[in-house]
Amino acid sequence: MDNIFLYSGLYLAFLMVLSLYRALFGPTVMDRMIGVNAIGSKTAVLLILIGLLYHRVDMFVDIALAYAMLNFIAVLAASRYFQKRKGLYDESPYR
Amino acid sequence: MNIIVTLLLFAGLFFFTGGAVGILRFPDFYSRLHPAGKLDTLGSLLAITALALFNLHHFSIGTLLTSIKIILILVFVFLASPTATHAIVDAGVRAGLAPWVKGEERR
Repeated sequence: MDNIFLYSGLYLAFLMVLSLYRALFGPTVMDRMIGVNAIGSKTAVLLILIGLLYHRVDMFVDIALAYAMLNFIAVLAASRYFQKRKGLYDESPYR
Repeated sequence: MNIIVTLLLFAGLFFFTGGAVGILRFPDFYSRLHPAGKLDTLGSLLAITALALFNLHHFSIGTLLTSIKIILILVFVFLASPTATHAIVDAGVRAGLAPWVKGEERR
């Protein structure tokens, strides 16, 4: 069973690199926040997986819970900050 | 029990893959939020329930409490993910980001 968790953990890390691409090269700032949000939610699952690998689940579950909360607060704070800045995108025919 | 856990975990990873690829391929910011939301909710639902189930392997009160705590993480992710997506979209609309229409080039 540990092998399955190890390989799924590695696979999750690879998926994180994929969404890291969006976080790096996202055209607008908002795309970067999508990338960061996606990485954050994957990290929470990866933490529990690592906890299972180390057979110390109760320690890692707390870390994963704290991380999920921090990720949520970070996204809220960042979106609250970015909505004041006009002209996130060069042309905005919408407004 | 192990079979169920493996199946659930692979299903969760499948939706994680779908979400990650969807975030890359979709043309616009607003449309990219759709797979991002799916990634958070469905992917972690399956993966976290699989891990919670596996935790009940050698059953005792301690593992039961830990499994309940893992399910609490899942509940929190279910509460937090839509709110975060709403906050992002709200910030995007206020900042004047135009939604993508068919025929436009990728943004």
